[in-house]
Formats: sequence, C-alpha cells, structure tokens
Amino acid sequence: MHTEFVMGNEAIALGAIAAGVNLVSGYPGTPSTEVLETIAKKRTADIYVEWSINEKAAMEVAAGASYAGARVMVTMKQVGLNVASDPLMCLEYVGIKGGMIILVADDPGPISSQTEQDTRNFAQFSKIPCFDPSSAKEAYDMVEDAFDYSERYKTPVILRSTTRVCHGYASIEIKDENEFTKHTVEGFIKDTSRWVIFPRLSYANHKKIVARNEELSEVFSGYKRNLLNGDKNISKKGIATGGISYTYVMESLASNEEYKNFSVFKVATPYPFPEKLAVGFLTGLDEVLCIEELDPVIEKELVYICGKYNLDVKIRGKLTHDIQVAGENSIDSVSQAIGSFASVNLSNTIEETKSQEVDPSILPVRPPVLCAGCPHRASFYAVKQAMKGQKTIFCGDIGCYTMGNAMPLDMCDTCLCMGAGLGIAQGVGHVEADTKCFAFVGDSTFFASAITGVINAVYNGADMTLVVLDNSTTAMTGHQPHPGTGRTAMGDVVEKISIENVLKGIGLQFVKTVDPLDYQLSVATVKEASELRGVKAIIFKSPCIVLNKPTNKLVIDSKICTGCKKCIRELGCPALIPDINGKVKIDPSLCTGCLLCSQICPFEAMLEGGLD
Amino acid sequence: MSKNIVLCGVGGQGTVLASKLISAAALEKGIPVMSAETIGMAQRGGSVFSHLRMGNDAYCPMIAKGSADMIIAFEPGEALRMLPYLKKDGQVVVSSHPVIPVTASLGAKYDYELAISTLRSKVSKLLIIDGNMACNDIGSHKVLNLIMLGASIYSGALGFTEDDFRWQIQKRISPKFHELNFKALEYVRLNPQVIIENK
Repeated sequence: MHTEFVMGNEAIALGAIAAGVNLVSGYPGTPSTEVLETIAKKRTADIYVEWSINEKAAMEVAAGASYAGARVMVTMKQVGLNVASDPLMCLEYVGIKGGMIILVADDPGPISSQTEQDTRNFAQFSKIPCFDPSSAKEAYDMVEDAFDYSERYKTPVILRSTTRVCHGYASIEIKDENEFTKHTVEGFIKDTSRWVIFPRLSYANHKKIVARNEELSEVFSGYKRNLLNGDKNISKKGIATGGISYTYVMESLASNEEYKNFSVFKVATPYPFPEKLAVGFLTGLDEVLCIEELDPVIEKELVYICGKYNLDVKIRGKLTHDIQVAGENSIDSVSQAIGSFASVNLSNTIEETKSQEVDPSILPVRPPVLCAGCPHRASFYAVKQAMKGQKTIFCGDIGCYTMGNAMPLDMCDTCLCMGAGLGIAQGVGHVEADTKCFAFVGDSTFFASAITGVINAVYNGADMTLVVLDNSTTAMTGHQPHPGTGRTAMGDVVEKISIENVLKGIGLQFVKTVDPLDYQLSVATVKEASELRGVKAIIFKSPCIVLNKPTNKLVIDSKICTGCKKCIRELGCPALIPDINGKVKIDPSLCTGCLLCSQICPFEAMLEGGLD
Repeated sequence: MSKNIVLCGVGGQGTVLASKLISAAALEKGIPVMSAETIGMAQRGGSVFSHLRMGNDAYCPMIAKGSADMIIAFEPGEALRMLPYLKKDGQVVVSSHPVIPVTASLGAKYDYELAISTLRSKVSKLLIIDGNMACNDIGSHKVLNLIMLGASIYSGALGFTEDDFRWQIQKRISPKFHELNFKALEYVRLNPQVIIENK
C-alpha cells in the first residue's frame, strides 16, 4: 500500500485496476470522463481500454467481454445511460459471467448536463444492484466489493457517483501492483439457454431476479458500508443520507453539540434497499430527515418501510419540502436544513455569513463562452451572415458549440440531447416548408449519434443543411480521441474515418469541407448549400484552439479603429474588449491570432504582431 | 483545526495548477488535504473555483460559507463572488486586473473599480496586487498563478515558503519553464511596486 492524492474518478479507476479489471469501455461525459482516462494512462499491459463511439456500443462491448468471463467496467455520465438503456435493461435478464461494473456519474446542479436524473432510480427500474460512494476513499474500496457482488450474484452492478465525489481530491491508500487481484478470463462457453434472450427465458429469469434482490436486501443490511450510529436514548431524531450528502451531514453534526446524538443512517446501497437495517434505524425514532440529492430515493423507501412495518415515524425530506427539490446540496444548505429540523436557531451564523454577501448586481455576469479563437465562432458567424434576412432555424447539439447560443452569436435555437438537432431540423422542415433548416453537430457527436439522423433525413426526403463543426477532437470533455482522429484510447494509430466519405456514402450530393477561418469562402459555401434542395452538408474543419494555438497575436491600431465596435457586437470574442478611449483593444493574454476579426473589421484596424 | 482556502478566477487563468501546487506542498509536509475544483463547461471562460482543505478534521472537500481562512482571487469580481466563504478576519489576496466578460463588452454592467472598493470596505486583511503589471514585466501571461502564490506567501497567511513551491515546480513542471516560474513566484516580494494595498 502507498498513499496517493487522487481525484474520486482516479480512485475508481485505480480501484478497478487493483481489482483485476480486464476490459474498460466508455464514452466521455462530465463528470465521468477521468475514470476511463486514468485507466488508459495507468493500466497494466493486459488491460484493454476503449473510447467507444457511444454508451450503447460501450455497454455491449463490455457485456461481450463479461460473457467471456472478463472483469469489465463501462463508464458514462447519467444521460449516457439513457443511450445505453436498451442493452442495460435486457442485460439484467440475461445476466453476466465476469464481474461487470456500470460506472454512472450523476450531476446534481446540474453543472454540466441536460438533466438532473437520478441513476439510483434507473437501478430500481432495471433491477440492477447499485452502490453509492460518499468519498474518493470509499469509491476506491467499493469497486472491489462491487465486482465481488457482481460475480457472486451473476448480475451487472451500477456504481453511481456524483460530481463532488468524482471531482473531489483526497489522500487515499492505494494498493501496490503486487497486491492486485489477478482475474483470468475463462472464455465464452456456448449455451443458448443462457445467452439468447427469449420470452420464456425472460419470464423465468424475472422470477429469479426478484428473489435475488430480496436476498440482496438482506445481505446489504449487513454490508459494512451501510452505517448506523447515534444514541436513541438521548435523541429521537434521525438523519438518513447517502453519497456526498453524508459528508455534509457529518460536517454539520460535528459543528453543533445539539445534534451530536442524532441517529445517522448512511445508505451505501440504495438498491436493493437494506430494509432490515432501515427498520433497525427507524425503530424508536420520532422523526427522520432524509438528506439526498436528485430524487427522494431513500425518503420514499423509508416512507414505504414505515407503512409496511407500521412504524410511527415522521419522514421528512424533499417530499415534505424540508430539503430543496432541485439543485445540489452544500454544507450550508444541509446545515440549515438540520438546524430547522433540530429547531436550533442558526440566525446568528446565518446573519454573519449574510454580512459578507454582496449585491449580485455588482458581480460580473460570466457564463461559459466559446474560447477566444475558437473556430466554431467563425462557423456560426459565417452561417449567420450567409442566411441574414431569411427564415431559418438553427438546431444545436451537445458539445462546446452549444455555447453558440450566447449573445451576440445567438446561433442555437434548439438543443435537446446528443444527435437530436438533426431530427428536430427535419421535423420543423416537414411542417414549415418556407424555413431553411440547419443542424449543427460536432465531430465526436457526429460519430456518436448523428449518422442515423442523416440516413433518416436522406431516406425521407428532408430539406435541410447539416453543418459539421469538425475540430478533430472531443473538446468539451477534455479532448478525447474519436473515430475521426485516427487515435484510440490506448494510443494506437488507426485508419481515420472520414466524415466526408461517410456522408457521400449515405448518398449526399453536396458535401463540402471548408476552413471556417476563411470567412468569405465560408459564407459563399453556406449560401450555395442553402439554395439547393435536399440534404446538404458543410464540414467546417479547423482544429480546437486549446490544442493548436497559433502564435501570431493581433493588436488594434487605435489610430485606425473608429470605435464602431462591430467586432465586439457581432463576434463576442472574449479577447476583444472596449478600451477606455471608446475604441476596442485586444487582450494579449487571450488572443490566438485566428484572424476572424481582421476579416470583418470595415477599417482593417487589426494588425499582426502582438506579444505574448 | 483544518485550514481552508478558496482559489478563484476565470476559466483559463490557471487556478487549478495553483491549487495543485498548494496541495502538493501540504502533502509533502505530511498534512492531509482534500480539494474540489470546477471541471467541465465553466472552464471555458466562466467563473471557476477550487476549495482546498488542509488538516485532519475535514469530512468533505467543500468549504462552508464563513469558514475560509484565505481567498486567493485571480480577478477582483471573482474575489467578491467568493467573499461569503471568507471567515471573519480571513485574508484575501487579489489581483486587481479585471477579466472583462463578453456580457460586459456587450453592455452589461461590470464596474470592477466598485468591486475593488467593496473588497476594501468588507475585508480587514487584504493584499491587492497588480497581476497584469507583473505579467507584462515578466513577459508572460501564463504565470499569473505563480505570481498569486508568491503574493499569498508574502501575505503571511498561506503558511508555506517559496522553497516549498520551488521544489514542487521542479518536480511537476518542465525544466524549460523553471526559471520563468521561479521569477513569478518571487516577483511580489522583490517588486513591491506591484502592491496596490496591503492591510
């Protein structure tokens, strides 16, 4: 053993390596991405790792390896599980052989996601056992437990983590290589009665799954990471919690003498719920406050158990609006909720903090924006200028380019989920024939979930323009490779899959690749495409500025600049800022020399040669 | 008793590396550390922060409001945003140079001088430096994080020495950048003209 300072996601990865994982697949998505990245970086030579093209592919690859007896992990964010839900739901009926962990990172807030969905509910829905770590350390230890339960009960298991566990750092004990578990792969053994899902098999297995989960509920009541503590002789109040909220609760309880004898029930396995342990917790209490993020999963279980066992305990939480129903918890929100629950007057402390609060109107409004020099800005601007005055809809998608919605670009009229922009553009076009419909999609998203949308458009005779924003990486999640980059997660060099060839193969007649930083050519290409009928595609290809910074920064000649501010008003580049003399200046710490502003300045005030 | 530090700024300013260097310096001395930082969308020019807790009694990496011993702010408006985390009599170290958000360039109000005067009125231990002047003099805008660490040492509230960080720089940063980073680290101590206020 040795101590390492690691992020929660790194802890999960190192736990999987120590547990003898043989194969890991996944698709990037905040806050899950670093799990697979760490395994790719720190793996022993016999571990296979891949970035799959989407979560469904990742789940199926992992399932296949598990069928052959390998220990596997598949990683994704919460909305990724929606994409993988088809294999997930069926897999539970078939079962697995080698231990299989489905690592899903939820995002209370949400901070970087479309939804605040709760994977603990997905576990209940799919009947798959679920583990919920409260810290990086616990996550590391839980991985080994999860593999053991998975193999013992022949079921995939979900390891559900949340942003603050995934991205929190701590010093934890890590096993050395000589302490790693070695897992040998037995190989796939043919048995159609086991591996081929048929209604008769599903019926038989459904009964087994229900019986197994009843057993697991008993077993989990004795699981060492489901904890009970407190003294009911002193206090009849209890708190039920799990995940990161457990640490907020402990932090809060330690801060006030009044609370320290409250009973605390920490739920590490939200499904199957440790019912027997819960009954032990509830018995003798008058009132329980459930502190959890996302859905009231623990709370509903406790309400159910109180009914089932006729326990006279008042259960409070999200359902009673004692806990905020949306958004993430914090030490502060939890301390206030516990304060009200304990009828302790916290007004002094709250007043003290309030005195430091500042009037929000004096704080800068600072939403995330496209980076200075981002080629997406140039692509959006070209389409906007080319289509000026026409009736249009610009359907956006998931990635950095969602930020094309911000002013002044304002080029994202819709955004739903990965790949949806294509379908939405088609739907609008079918009922609104006079609208020019555009769908924007990034290169990684194109491979993940847009290709079927293009085929659907061509087959059904849609009239739309597809704009692929190809920056040759998966930028938003931290620059992972994808099929268009010619690199794999393990660093192998492979044949690049050409987006242009894919589109031509589907049968598109108009497919043009353009450098978006060539402003005139970009505008002309958009005009040309929009005037044709049918499905047309423009690939705006220019590398992500974070990875490929040019060196020629620009400066504005204040003698030439008239202060018309066209560059600021139309581009919204963070490097362009108003100067005190009423003109515009370029922030040299941000400018990358993309030259877009110099192409639209009516007075040619931008000169090359700024210094770093 | 743990020591709590909030680092804040704008995505891209290098707060994450500064937070990692402080963590590493603490771990080197055998002090347990927990930390949490912004990862994801906000890194693209949004408001970012790191919470850092050193000591034995922390359960979680996040800091409660009113309990940070120190705020190290790379931008004055962001210092103000994080002020509710500062404990009474806590130290704020801040760079005066504003990063103007696109919203403000387009017309939304951002009065950064008001931000600085608000800090002056609300914070009793305050070190304001002109980080931009220091970067210009050193010749790189990428070393603001080391300048801010140097300023934090200079304030006396951080509890580490320049040598603690020189060692971490040698261990973690490519040798061709060592001299540049060392220069940034000691800049505030050697160039008091960049100190705008120290109380």
